[in-house]
Amino acid sequence: MATLLIRGGRVVDPSQGVDRIDDVLVRDGLIVSIGHGGGQSIGRADETVEAAGLVVCPGLVDMHVHLREPGREEDETIETGTRAALAGGFTSVACIPNTEPPIDTQAAVEFIRQKASRADTCNVFVVACVSRGREGKELAEIGRLVEAGAVAFSDDGSPVYDAELMRRALEYCRMFDKPVLAHEEVLELSRGGIMHEGLVSLVLGLPGMPAAAEDVMIGRDITLAETTGGRVHVMHVSTAGGVALIRDAKRRGVRITAEACPHHFTLTDESLRGFDANCKMSPPLRTAADVEAIITGLADGTIDCIATDHAPHAREKKLLEIDRAPFGILGLETAVGLTVTRLVATGRIGWPRLVEAMSLLPSRILGIARGTLQPGAVADITLIDPARSWRVDRSRLCSKSINTPFDGWTLQGRAVATIVAGRIKYRLREPAAP
Amino acid sequence: MTSDSFYREPVPAEWAHRHLLDLERLTPDEIRLLLDTATLFKEATGGCRRKLGVLSGFTVVNLFFENSTRTRVSFALAARRLGADTVDFTTSSSSLSKGESFIDTARNLEAMGIDAVVVRHSTPGTPHLLAQHLQVGVINAGDGPHEHPTQGLLDIFSIRERLGRIEGTTVALVGDIAHSRTARSNIWGLTKLGARVILCGPPTLVSDRWRECGVEVSHDLDAILPRCDVVNLLRIQFERQSTRPFPSVQEYAHLYAMTGERLRQARDDLLILAPGPINRGVEVTAEVADCSRSLILDQVTNGLAVRMAVLWLICGPRAAPTATPLGSHGGRLV
Repeated sequence: MATLLIRGGRVVDPSQGVDRIDDVLVRDGLIVSIGHGGGQSIGRADETVEAAGLVVCPGLVDMHVHLREPGREEDETIETGTRAALAGGFTSVACIPNTEPPIDTQAAVEFIRQKASRADTCNVFVVACVSRGREGKELAEIGRLVEAGAVAFSDDGSPVYDAELMRRALEYCRMFDKPVLAHEEVLELSRGGIMHEGLVSLVLGLPGMPAAAEDVMIGRDITLAETTGGRVHVMHVSTAGGVALIRDAKRRGVRITAEACPHHFTLTDESLRGFDANCKMSPPLRTAADVEAIITGLADGTIDCIATDHAPHAREKKLLEIDRAPFGILGLETAVGLTVTRLVATGRIGWPRLVEAMSLLPSRILGIARGTLQPGAVADITLIDPARSWRVDRSRLCSKSINTPFDGWTLQGRAVATIVAGRIKYRLREPAAP
Repeated sequence: MTSDSFYREPVPAEWAHRHLLDLERLTPDEIRLLLDTATLFKEATGGCRRKLGVLSGFTVVNLFFENSTRTRVSFALAARRLGADTVDFTTSSSSLSKGESFIDTARNLEAMGIDAVVVRHSTPGTPHLLAQHLQVGVINAGDGPHEHPTQGLLDIFSIRERLGRIEGTTVALVGDIAHSRTARSNIWGLTKLGARVILCGPPTLVSDRWRECGVEVSHDLDAILPRCDVVNLLRIQFERQSTRPFPSVQEYAHLYAMTGERLRQARDDLLILAPGPINRGVEVTAEVADCSRSLILDQVTNGLAVRMAVLWLICGPRAAPTATPLGSHGGRLV
């Protein structure tokens, strides 16, 4: 009976309404209790972690991660990507199926699960394709994929373009209570686009991706969710218009959820002025007004959760001309720092909301038994130093790629220990800066 | 800097740039320095005809990833007028088809001992990326729809030469602003020097948001024409348009072509510019292109003057830096 005691941290668990200084006791990979109730110390254990000054919360869950394996191992592998997850404080990731080949069969789901098990890092939950071959023509074998362990369905990288197919997918997924994770983009409006269409794209002469390309598709999917009763989860919302549409739909009771990425509440299209391909992603960086709307949406709960859209690309691919460079940036190792710096330190959200957005709600949306420190739950726990100031150094990332626009940034807040099923899988070795 | 032999002196200290990437980030004084230097070179070469040896021993590479005849020839002639050797490198003869990245291509050329790269590319920002990766000077000869600084400078040079000033003049840029690098370089250069700039064309090619950059936007050529000192007729870039931004060429020409009839509504001293190549019958009729108010051929000659000035400012000798005291290296000889 191996016991682990996490002593004296600020325990934040919105699933139980807990936010107090207390101990957390773990036995055999499961949570035993938070203190004895009343904040009294639990006593001794086989291993003790001193957590004074740290936030102790249910392990973070990133529901939008591109692990690139199989097929693009030069960018990332399941092993390197999950190590990056641990270093970022994530105990679980959901991997998106736009691999080569795409994850649209039981065998492919099994491959991911085997590789993840062999890597023995964090939990990997598999998102499988909505459509066979991710071609947007006919449904993948959703029932058999659910049997194999798929937790959600997505053709991300592309929208489910055929409205009829999207409708069928929502209707069909309803019987398994699985969400469809939707990349929202009207391709005719964004075709050839490299960045947000606005004043900056006008000045730079770069083809634009108008906000309308995202908003129109979000509108379509809200209507389809409403008519089918299916669950749409809007991935990487980036526009003020999208936030408004989702807020309105939720008010009407539509079963819709949404995520936002740290880069979308941190950077604007102004970042493209240096033509840096590390600022090229889809959806693109938008305007200051959009950033404000995303932050407001996260603060008021319109946007349920924070996900990174971790999208590694090998260095040489991002060194191409900006129109030939692929879309996407790293996210796992900077998410906590960006969220604390941009949202918590500025007073826009509190720690309970951060934990809800990065652990509890993504777990609920995916229907996975995570995101809580209730007795009997799997002991996935993240320890975060909320005050720690650190400098992002792309040469020291665990990811196989370095495509981050945040290299050299000083951020506040960093995961210092990541515990998966009661085992300490990651510990930050660097001493705090003086 | 007015003597006949200014070019034997070091490059003026006010010019601090290693590259010429765009006009947006130059100061008005830097643009004036470029124009004044071009004037001096035009005089010193007898109207861009004679040769000077100021860049003798230098090698300039024309690295063109996109087709061009006029700009490439103009840069090559400008370099040779200054005594430099030139090498043309175009994608058709390059190793890019073998999968080499453009940065590697440029680095390979650099390793052969060159002094400047004149780069044209269909993608905005490519010269800026090269400048980050190369030690030698990079001159932007057009990066997609972004900027074409020497074209902007030669347009402005031609106007200034004819009118004697830029400040206070009204210049209309007519046509495909959306896809025009010439438009962007003109917008920055002209507004920095105090001209009033009007962008004119259909809303699908001329965004109202340009107003936020301090220019006027109009969709009605006939309404603005009487106010203009200069109109610069920009080519419709069919090759850059994914969908056609107007119903037909005939309709475009009806609304925006510079015809003899429109010319008669304008002021008598209106100047006509066109960066070329022009689509005769679309942006401008032959009658107007060849009339006495057209500066189209002056622009071509002035292109040489401007490019000589740019090449010299980028490659020319720098004044010796003032001696650095030992102490600044921590007392060690480095």
